[in-house]
Amino acid sequence: MSVKLVDVTKVFTDHDDRQKEFTAVSHVNIEIEEGEMVTFLGPSGCGKTTTLRIISGFETQTSGDVFIDGELVNDLPANKRNTSMVFQSYAIFPHLSVSQNIGFGLELKGMKKDAIKIEVDKIMEVMGLTSLGNRRPSQLSGGQQQRVALARAIVNKPRVLLFDEPLSNLDAKLREQMRIEIRRIQQQFGITSIYVTHDQSEAMTVSDRIMVMDKGEIKQLGTPFEIYSRPSNRFVADFIGRANFIEGLVCGLQDAVSIQVGKTVLRFPSFNPDVEEGKIGIVVIRPEGLVLGKTSSSAFFNGTVSHAVYLGSSMEYEISVDGREDPIIAVSNNPVKEGFFHVGDPVGISFDPVSAHVISGS
Amino acid sequence: MRRPARVCAALVPLDMGMSGSDWNVHWKKTRGTMKRFHFTDQWKDMKKLSGDPLLLCVIVVLLLSLIMFIIYPLLRVCIVSFQVDGHFSLKNFRDALTYSNGYYLKALWNSLWMGVATAVLGTFVAFVFAYSLTRANIPGKKFFNVIATIPIISPPFIGALAIVMLFGRNGFISSTLLGMRNANAYGAKGLLFAQVLTFFPVAYITLRGVLESISPTLEDAAMDLGGNRFTIFRKVTLPLAIPGIASSMLVLFVESLADFGNPLVLAGAQFPILSVQAYLEITGMGNFAKGAALAFILLVPSVSVYMLQKYWVSKKQYVTVTGKPTQSTNNVVSPTARWILFAVSCLIASVVILVYASIIWGAFAKSWGNSYEVTFDNFKYVFRVGFESVLDTLTIAGISTPISGIIGMMIAFLVVRKRFIGRRFMEFSSMLSFAVPGTVIGIGYILAFNHAPFYLTGTLAILLLNFIFRYIPVGIQGGVAVLNQIDPSIEEAAVDLGADSNVTFRKVTLPLMIPAFFSGLIFAFVRSMTAISAAIFLVSAKWKFMTVQIMSQVESGRIGAAAAFSLILVGIILIAMAVIKLILRLKYQTTSSILSG
Repeated sequence: MSVKLVDVTKVFTDHDDRQKEFTAVSHVNIEIEEGEMVTFLGPSGCGKTTTLRIISGFETQTSGDVFIDGELVNDLPANKRNTSMVFQSYAIFPHLSVSQNIGFGLELKGMKKDAIKIEVDKIMEVMGLTSLGNRRPSQLSGGQQQRVALARAIVNKPRVLLFDEPLSNLDAKLREQMRIEIRRIQQQFGITSIYVTHDQSEAMTVSDRIMVMDKGEIKQLGTPFEIYSRPSNRFVADFIGRANFIEGLVCGLQDAVSIQVGKTVLRFPSFNPDVEEGKIGIVVIRPEGLVLGKTSSSAFFNGTVSHAVYLGSSMEYEISVDGREDPIIAVSNNPVKEGFFHVGDPVGISFDPVSAHVISGS
Repeated sequence: MRRPARVCAALVPLDMGMSGSDWNVHWKKTRGTMKRFHFTDQWKDMKKLSGDPLLLCVIVVLLLSLIMFIIYPLLRVCIVSFQVDGHFSLKNFRDALTYSNGYYLKALWNSLWMGVATAVLGTFVAFVFAYSLTRANIPGKKFFNVIATIPIISPPFIGALAIVMLFGRNGFISSTLLGMRNANAYGAKGLLFAQVLTFFPVAYITLRGVLESISPTLEDAAMDLGGNRFTIFRKVTLPLAIPGIASSMLVLFVESLADFGNPLVLAGAQFPILSVQAYLEITGMGNFAKGAALAFILLVPSVSVYMLQKYWVSKKQYVTVTGKPTQSTNNVVSPTARWILFAVSCLIASVVILVYASIIWGAFAKSWGNSYEVTFDNFKYVFRVGFESVLDTLTIAGISTPISGIIGMMIAFLVVRKRFIGRRFMEFSSMLSFAVPGTVIGIGYILAFNHAPFYLTGTLAILLLNFIFRYIPVGIQGGVAVLNQIDPSIEEAAVDLGADSNVTFRKVTLPLMIPAFFSGLIFAFVRSMTAISAAIFLVSAKWKFMTVQIMSQVESGRIGAAAAFSLILVGIILIAMAVIKLILRLKYQTTSSILSG
């Protein structure tokens, strides 16, 4: 077990009103395996960065325990934890050259100059920084600074590598490129890593597992597939990607769950363990799981197209359905083949229950 | 957006991780929590400090010195002014205010209205100048910028000296050109002119920063929305600059109130000024109690207006003064207005040039007002009479400036990045000397260090201590500015890579602060070299000070010698500045100096 958080809680006292307290992190439990990359994902203010800073030692938890490699590190200051952080602002020392920056940690360990040089050169080659060794940080592009920050963190062979929204200062294209590279290097070195982001596609790309957080609590911990296709609750389903929610009464529960919506009863093979018979269940169906066609009595919903957006590779629709407050969102991924619908067109919506997932309504 | 994590970082007494601005936010916000966690927090702080004996020692020594050399002298002024025969009494104030039919009351009144007039006029001139340079895109911007900053590096009585030379009894304009017999440059008008000339650059630097930080795109947007140029100025530019204008007025008021050099030359007996009267009361009549009372009266408006500026007005600024100046590309100023502004700027510049030209000319003229023949007599005279004071001044400024700079940096670091009991006291007391008029400090030092166990009068030590503690704020300002620019995660990164707080300071924070240290040094050196108000109380037969010597030349009517002396002083300052700038350029590849910002 590389990193283990046991019931970690962090309470900040409100600055203006000392009676008020703000729980940034609430009873977080997680075990991260050796060599695994876990992403903390959530909206801003959800406690993901605070959790990361508790692991690094920059923040002290109000209660709970932090273990790194089985060692209890609650009382170990940040500089003795052998974790390495890649900062959002890169935090490259502006008065040192690239190679001095990368060698900083090794120098502090008391390593000999020649040995440092060998290590630094090696990592610079891996990171594609060769020939930039004598540059000043101010002479580097954003992407290069990012690589220096990563190289400086990795070269120390930390027990855990921590990423604090490392790509948020890069432009969109570079961001996509860098996240693949970060994943490649993490796997190449097999370093246990924790990655904080609010960007879900980034989380999907880099992670073995994703921990979705909201208001200081873990909402779900699972693989990217589980998070997207088998969300534990409405928050996760709503936060990750887009989803349609269809409420109904759970009227049967065996291998599959039976849900009654209006007069129709449908059977869904995938459902959460907390779904109970006789209570409300919510069918979560992603836009790309819906099939659009002509209106018919066999369609699940019949409605009218209220918005249609052409995105080139796909067509996005909003369909208003009588008796539903929220419109149904649908995506057609091959519009040329599947045909176009226009605003005002009547449309029938159906789907295969295999592509849906049922969560508890309470 | 600020993450809650960082703002709260210091509830746990964590010594890293907060930038200055964060610290401000934190400081403001934590006040609420302080009561509840007061004891646990302070106890935690102390526990942490006790693990770092060196740091604890530094803090204790600094706090003790601030109490000893800033607070104690001021306290002495208060005690002496409120005491008669060892008992509390208001007699000194009563005596002072009723003296000679309210002569000192008149002095107080004169000082106050002179302060207001200087503040308004100086800020106006500075605003016109700053607006022309940042917005109107007038030709010769660099030249005007240099003109506006020259008075900063000159002794503060240059204006007064020039007035005497141009408009006095033997003045070049009044007597030589216009043939007036009994021209009188003394009194309110002359003093106002001299003070505006001396202090408008201070306002100019503030206002230029404020105007530069107002993005021209705001004006573009206003124009785009259909505003005409005057409306834009009235409704966008001016309102955004108002806090800066208010701030600079308050600063000029304090400066004018504290000014000593100009009124000593120009005020005269008809137009008494408080700072000069307090000096005369002490050195002329030896009446310490009454002098202290006058000093106290001078202290009250200075400190209150300074507090108003620092804790209220400066917080109201819409935009930060730091940051890259945006180059204005818009034409928010009409061509006509542009030429008017250019003409006004030329007029201001020519007055400044006239002043300095007359000083230079006066230094080389055989006998100002009678014979303008070029000679080196004045310089020869100065070297014969005043060479010793040049050496003394260089010794005093040369020793006190670096010490003051180092202490300033240390205080900046402690106050911004550390938590300890007495931190706010440290910040407050060290910045206090900006608010307190030099005259008051000088009187305080005489009162505090004139008897056992601190018998320092007449020694080098008293001068050094006075200068060190008087110019600490210069170093603090520079240090705080740099610390604000250092992203706290840079220090966190060092900790993360295994450095403890000592190594982090030595290997990361300190190297980043050094360029600011040197440019702060320039400013502190200039201020030490040109100081007069406190120094005049502390000089002795053994330790002489150039500015004081120049003053006595003026008083004994040797205008040419005073001009030559002033020129040498400015020359020394320019050389020192060049040397420090060279070090900065060669060693740290930066050109930061007070002249560029």
